[in-house]
Amino acid sequence: MNMKYFKNKTIQSVVLKCFAVILVVTISGCSTDETQTVANFTNLVLDENFDTDGAPNSEVWGFDIGNGIDGWGNQELQYYTNRSENVTIQNGVLLITAQQESFEGSEYTSARLLTKDKFEQRYGRFEARIRLPFGQGIWPAFWMLGADIDENPWPGAGEIDIMEYRGQNPTVLIGSVHGPGYSGGEAISKEYTLENDRFDTGFHIFGIEWGPEFVNFYVDDVLYNQITPEDLTGPWVFDKPFYILMNLAVGGTFVGSPNAETEFPQTMLVDYVRVYKNNTD
Amino acid sequence: MKNKKYTNVHFILLLTLGIALFSSCEREFSDDVEFATFSANGDIFTDAPVGLTDEFFDSFDPNEGANPEGFGTDDNVAFEGSSSIRIDVPAPDDPDGGFIGGIFLDRGAGRDLTGFDALTFYVKGSTTATIGEVGFGTDFGQNKFAVTAQNIRLSTDWRKVIIPIPDSSKLIQERGMFFFSAGTQTTGGFGYTFWIDELRFEKLGTIAQPSPAIFNGVDVVQQAFTGSNLLVNGLAQTFNLESGINQTVIAAPSYFDFNSSDNSVAIVNELGQVLVIGTGTANITAQLAGVRASGSLEVTSAGSLALAPTPTRPAANVKSIFSEAYTADTSSNFAPGFGGSTTETVITNNNGDNVLAYTNNNFTGIIFENTVDASGLTFLHVDVYVQSAGVEVGLQIRDVGANQELETNTTNGLPQGDDVDFRFDLTGLTVGQWTSFEIPLGGDLATQKNNLGALILTDGPDFIFDNIYFYTE
Repeated sequence: MNMKYFKNKTIQSVVLKCFAVILVVTISGCSTDETQTVANFTNLVLDENFDTDGAPNSEVWGFDIGNGIDGWGNQELQYYTNRSENVTIQNGVLLITAQQESFEGSEYTSARLLTKDKFEQRYGRFEARIRLPFGQGIWPAFWMLGADIDENPWPGAGEIDIMEYRGQNPTVLIGSVHGPGYSGGEAISKEYTLENDRFDTGFHIFGIEWGPEFVNFYVDDVLYNQITPEDLTGPWVFDKPFYILMNLAVGGTFVGSPNAETEFPQTMLVDYVRVYKNNTD
Repeated sequence: MKNKKYTNVHFILLLTLGIALFSSCEREFSDDVEFATFSANGDIFTDAPVGLTDEFFDSFDPNEGANPEGFGTDDNVAFEGSSSIRIDVPAPDDPDGGFIGGIFLDRGAGRDLTGFDALTFYVKGSTTATIGEVGFGTDFGQNKFAVTAQNIRLSTDWRKVIIPIPDSSKLIQERGMFFFSAGTQTTGGFGYTFWIDELRFEKLGTIAQPSPAIFNGVDVVQQAFTGSNLLVNGLAQTFNLESGINQTVIAAPSYFDFNSSDNSVAIVNELGQVLVIGTGTANITAQLAGVRASGSLEVTSAGSLALAPTPTRPAANVKSIFSEAYTADTSSNFAPGFGGSTTETVITNNNGDNVLAYTNNNFTGIIFENTVDASGLTFLHVDVYVQSAGVEVGLQIRDVGANQELETNTTNGLPQGDDVDFRFDLTGLTVGQWTSFEIPLGGDLATQKNNLGALILTDGPDFIFDNIYFYTE
């Protein structure tokens, strides 16, 4: 009994030490900006783990098809489809794949998923675990648009870019908000450079915590930006429901065209998409 | 409540034990075995050489034109700290040597570089020249894990150079810390200076997307025979860097794992040397650190190749281009790489006798390094072997004239300027046999054959040559 007691105590102190370590990590993880608003969104309301092979769940995900007007406004080169060559689930991972092929007058095909009219929410924590593709002219994104966009055209509807990235800068993540007076090249934006690692060699978690008058941007355990109404050069349009988009674009004004060294196909791997909301909402 | 707690504690205890056991299994084979380890210091030059031999700079052989005098350190220039390496690249006519190059060696038994993924340094030049080659792994011994990056562009401000390690797990004991070679090819023969600072192996974590290649990524098709020796060349590893640039380095064969699809036809060793041992077709491929290399060699062997008839003419009557029987009158370029040429040329060892194997020929040539004075000679001899019916080869013997330059009308392929030629078709070839040709130095060569400079070969497309020599009866 004595022995056992002694053991227990040792283990407990070890556990305590572990807690202490975790506590320190947690504290340091949150201490990037002492003035930030840290919210607790713990109520999981969307949990897409892509566990069923084949097409993504049509109750959550729709598709944009085609090459849009002016390449979705950015002179993008791809034609979006919902074919399995461009979007499918395999082994618990959603694969969004850009192919180099002649298709409906475009040189590339890819896919763009969206939750418009299927899942829309005001505020919350939105995150996805993604391994990004790479190469000149490759432009993946995980982002949101204001759900009233049909009545209130962009940029009035607002846009939150949780993750976008240029394939030629494989360590640089860009998080932004767009709205009236601060859209396109004038978006309120911040880059985050991953040190001693890249976004195309492993999965990373890209997320936002979004509440009244703030959007916090994080990647993995790093909170790298907070945008509040004071940061904007126009009105705050982020107090209404938004829907989610995920896509892999090729070319366009933001990244430039692929070159001879860009390898195809390129695939964006999405392990999960999760949305939480505040219990009190 | 208390019981429950115990259970939890037990579970944690077990789990911890499990993790401990598991991780200890991964790290060591047994408590009794301890592997020798070598210094894992990545620094090579910071403000002074770090752990290098007393010579510090070990020059290439001055007898081969290397200039050992242009190397030193410079206390007035540094990217960081107080000193840098200064290299003065000489003009080609410098009496001390026309280029500069050499290596830095670890002063000990070598270093453990397995924890790094790149050799990095800062460099700046007195002008925007290009350094021919830099790398590491060259130790003036086996150079087993040599790595070379070519054409490093200099800026007149400091710029960081990143040379990825093809597979650092191989580098458990490496002595070759640095290698460079520089000349004035890009400065029109004018000497210049460049400085190197903060030279070290680093773990960047951003060296990714490996894309190794053999035969420069080309799928080569090659005819061969039992006893043929072939070499896997064009070995490279390419990584995508943080800057988005794809950086290619030339990697020594020992980084690769070679494979033959049929070991009864061809075997390949760790140096990429292929030996053909039987009849059939084998595909030679490679991997680097588990990644399949682009490019391959499909070698087809029709069995053993008979030896060409042994030449019997006295050496005094012969000026040889390609034959084991005679000393060559001049060295030659057997793969001149004419624009538009599809020809693959390989010198293959056939049971001790080298033969020239041509594959997929449209046109190529044999360019003599020095012209052959055939004024006292009357014939060209060549032995030709084919494996399929209907092969005919056009042979043009070219005299390049007094200016000793190959001058060809690019529209019609005819000699121009002071060049003349004589053309002859190698026809009536028998499959599976050597056919010997005695070609008179006729036509325009009858009056001009003192500057023979090339043989031009057209069509085929697949044939083998041996014993190419000019002679008189």
